[in-house]
Amino acid sequence: MSAPALPGLSGVTVRAAGHTDGLPGVPPRWVALPESVEEIAAVMRASAAHDLAVVPLGGGTKRRWGGPPSRCDVVIGTGRLDEIVEHTAGDLVVRAQAGVTTEALAAALAAEGQELALDVPVPGTTVGGLLATGIAGPRRFRYGTPRDLLIGVTVVLADGTIARSGGKVVKNVAGYDLGKLFTGSYGTLGVIADATFRLRPLPAARAWVTAGLGAPYPPDRLAALVTAVAAATQEPAAIELDWPGPDSGGTPSLAVLIEGAAADERARAVRDLIGDGALIADEPPAWWGRLPEPAGPAGGFLLEVRAAPARLPGAVLDLMAAAGRAGAGAAVRGSIAAGVLHVALYAASAGAGLERVAGLLNPLRSRIEVAHAGGLDGRVVVLTSPEAVPPAAAPDPWGRESTRRELLRRELTLRVKERFDPDHRMSPGRFAGGVR
Amino acid sequence: MPEVQRSEALGRVTARLGELFPPDALITDPVRLRTYECDGLTYHRATPGVVVLPESAEQVAAVVRLCDEHGVPFVARGSGTGLSGGALPRTDGVLIVTSRMRRVLEVDIPNRRVVAEPGVTNLAITEAVRDQGYYFAPDPSSQQICSIGGNVAENSGGAHCLKYGFTVNHVIAVELVTPDGEIVELSEQDPGFDLLGTFIGSEGTLGIATKITVRLSRAPEAVTTLLAAFDDIEGGGRAVSAIIAAGVVPAAIEMMDALAIEAAEAAVACHYPAGAGAVLVIELDGPAAEVARQFTTVERICRDAGAFELRVAASAQERTAIWKGRKSAFAAVGRISPAYIVQDGVVPRTALPGVLAGIDRLQEEFGIRVANVFHAGDGNLHPLVLFDDSVPGEGERAEAVSGRILDLCVEHGGSITGEHGAGVDKARFMPRMFSADDLDTMQLVRCAFDPKGLSNPGKIFPTPRLCGEVPGVRRGVHPLVESGLAEQF
Repeated sequence: MSAPALPGLSGVTVRAAGHTDGLPGVPPRWVALPESVEEIAAVMRASAAHDLAVVPLGGGTKRRWGGPPSRCDVVIGTGRLDEIVEHTAGDLVVRAQAGVTTEALAAALAAEGQELALDVPVPGTTVGGLLATGIAGPRRFRYGTPRDLLIGVTVVLADGTIARSGGKVVKNVAGYDLGKLFTGSYGTLGVIADATFRLRPLPAARAWVTAGLGAPYPPDRLAALVTAVAAATQEPAAIELDWPGPDSGGTPSLAVLIEGAAADERARAVRDLIGDGALIADEPPAWWGRLPEPAGPAGGFLLEVRAAPARLPGAVLDLMAAAGRAGAGAAVRGSIAAGVLHVALYAASAGAGLERVAGLLNPLRSRIEVAHAGGLDGRVVVLTSPEAVPPAAAPDPWGRESTRRELLRRELTLRVKERFDPDHRMSPGRFAGGVR
Repeated sequence: MPEVQRSEALGRVTARLGELFPPDALITDPVRLRTYECDGLTYHRATPGVVVLPESAEQVAAVVRLCDEHGVPFVARGSGTGLSGGALPRTDGVLIVTSRMRRVLEVDIPNRRVVAEPGVTNLAITEAVRDQGYYFAPDPSSQQICSIGGNVAENSGGAHCLKYGFTVNHVIAVELVTPDGEIVELSEQDPGFDLLGTFIGSEGTLGIATKITVRLSRAPEAVTTLLAAFDDIEGGGRAVSAIIAAGVVPAAIEMMDALAIEAAEAAVACHYPAGAGAVLVIELDGPAAEVARQFTTVERICRDAGAFELRVAASAQERTAIWKGRKSAFAAVGRISPAYIVQDGVVPRTALPGVLAGIDRLQEEFGIRVANVFHAGDGNLHPLVLFDDSVPGEGERAEAVSGRILDLCVEHGGSITGEHGAGVDKARFMPRMFSADDLDTMQLVRCAFDPKGLSNPGKIFPTPRLCGEVPGVRRGVHPLVESGLAEQF
């Protein structure tokens, strides 16, 4: 079949969409494969002229994340935007096009003894997808998340406008930071064309201190342990908790990454601090830097739970107890000292349906999302729901809209969306909370 | 709006403020108003129409709602230490000063956070937690008096941001009053657009922070400060490049050239090595074992790059002595020049030699002296452009040199401001760095937050974008009304 022309567009590779292109449930008509920022702009102008809805897609590894789009005519695949535009090792800065995978980027940087200090937990993630979802891994504790390492960005708006902000210097406060605005935007504000990051030298050495904690492990003790390790003057780069579901043994363990000069010596100090059979290894545990996976046959929900670190152990223990009562399993893993955990919730037995599993969500939200001196603390986001749950029956991915201040925040989000995409053609529905 | 109408509107707002605030929280006396006519950048001045000193977020919101209702511009001010005129008042507007919002609301060590009101000083946050081994990492040189609210507005850095980043990397949440007078919370926990990160560094144009939750850093186990003297700036530059290439990330690397050293010696007698054409102040911090190894590396690199003298601070006192010259440098040039302009530009570190050579050429071309002080690790230059304001034309030539330095920065892929902000001072330089489309796109954010353009107008952007109609976001019933939390608002 010959490719149908996307009206008003020439010179850009466009093919007819197949059934597996695009996001679940909303088959697109065209897949455009631009090779430059100007070609992205051309696709956007043509789409604008014909009121076509556009969804940018990188590796497609998180196409099930976020809300399903309400419509999708054109997928902009960033696969051909796979060039590392500039890497000046002496400046510790790299600029890469959106379609470069984080693996390819890491390989190129490693050749110069440098790295982007993010441990992206989903293989095949592109630079664009990294920013659009804002995901990060264990070392968020020390180096932050994509928004903290991003120093410049080029974006293309719904009407084809090409805009840049930031630049290629680490220190820069000129103008608004559009890179931050687009971080976590799930393709709803425009297309990320390229990004510039600050880098770090690859650490001279790495050592992991791991400790099995045994069950039952009192939550207060776990909170105190995490606080003590986080306060260690050995500068841990990451402090990760792994608490597998009951069917995999169910006992928690903690792993701490020490990197840089004198890593061994510093790791020994952390090992002595943890005590109780803590071990030093030069390789991470097998689960390190990966998202937990639902163990049940019907799949499950993947949640991101954020709260002040000291509150998390108690909430996790309560969730596990509630899951047990509901015939569900909960596998928990993440950067506990940074206050971010991922939870896979699934039906552990054939008798427990996914609705009962979903029923765990609201109590968890009430437990996590509480008032604090600085405002509301805690947030539970549903990253993915199981395929067996139809979108209409899926729980609200974003949660927390019960207070006036929260609704006002959402209103601000809507106002930004309206200014950037007044016709609601950019990934409409993908980021919920009323963003169409 | 015509002049007369504008002053009438301000008059109505002032009258209403008189009903809402006690007399001691409202300043209308022309003499007292002049106290607030400028911030740290003293050559831009404007007497505010009225000054109000609120004590709570609700009071800030009440003032902003009045301004919104009457179309009167407002400007927020913390301690007034900004160096780009970001807090320059409006003669036709209200200046909202946060100096009475000075409570530290919570210290939460297990979760490494502090909640503070915007008028709390940067240093007061550190002082609240120092005994427990923590500190707030951003350390602008005005940290003894600058406010955390101002740090949020400007995304302040400091000498140690090479390793630790800026305010935006250390703020967990902000409560703010939006330009239409609503109190909203933005948090790093929020999914979706990073509105918190967008707000921080928006220089007061997207609203006023009324409560800030900051993340604390653990005080390092060891700190080593080193002073290295070189014959010339090139030697210092070679050392900086080699340190970075060796994989060492110092907490700070500061450089001063001969003229800046001369000024510092005249002002504070810092006793830097005689005959130095450049000095580097290098600070390493972290675990003692790591710092010890890095120190060996840095020491060797400095000697290889031609350092003729190295001094290592063995105590806190000696560290203070090393930093004394660097920290006094800005004020010190007053000793060697009747007047000066502090510039703030950034270049990629590898472009430093080319840019410094360019600055030398400018000095010759214009007959104007420039003293160089900079955060060498991240390429942030603070050239001090010296002039004599009693010599006709010299001020203009100094202005020209100052602007040309920014051009040099942009030509080399850098920025027109690394930490002072665009404010009113550099709005006109923004088009040298950004295209019209870039600036228009940024202003879409402004239009979303502040469609009437009342929040700190005239800052950052040389030409305000007309926002047009507020788009019809609220198709159907507003969610607040729907959920029973509000009637129509």
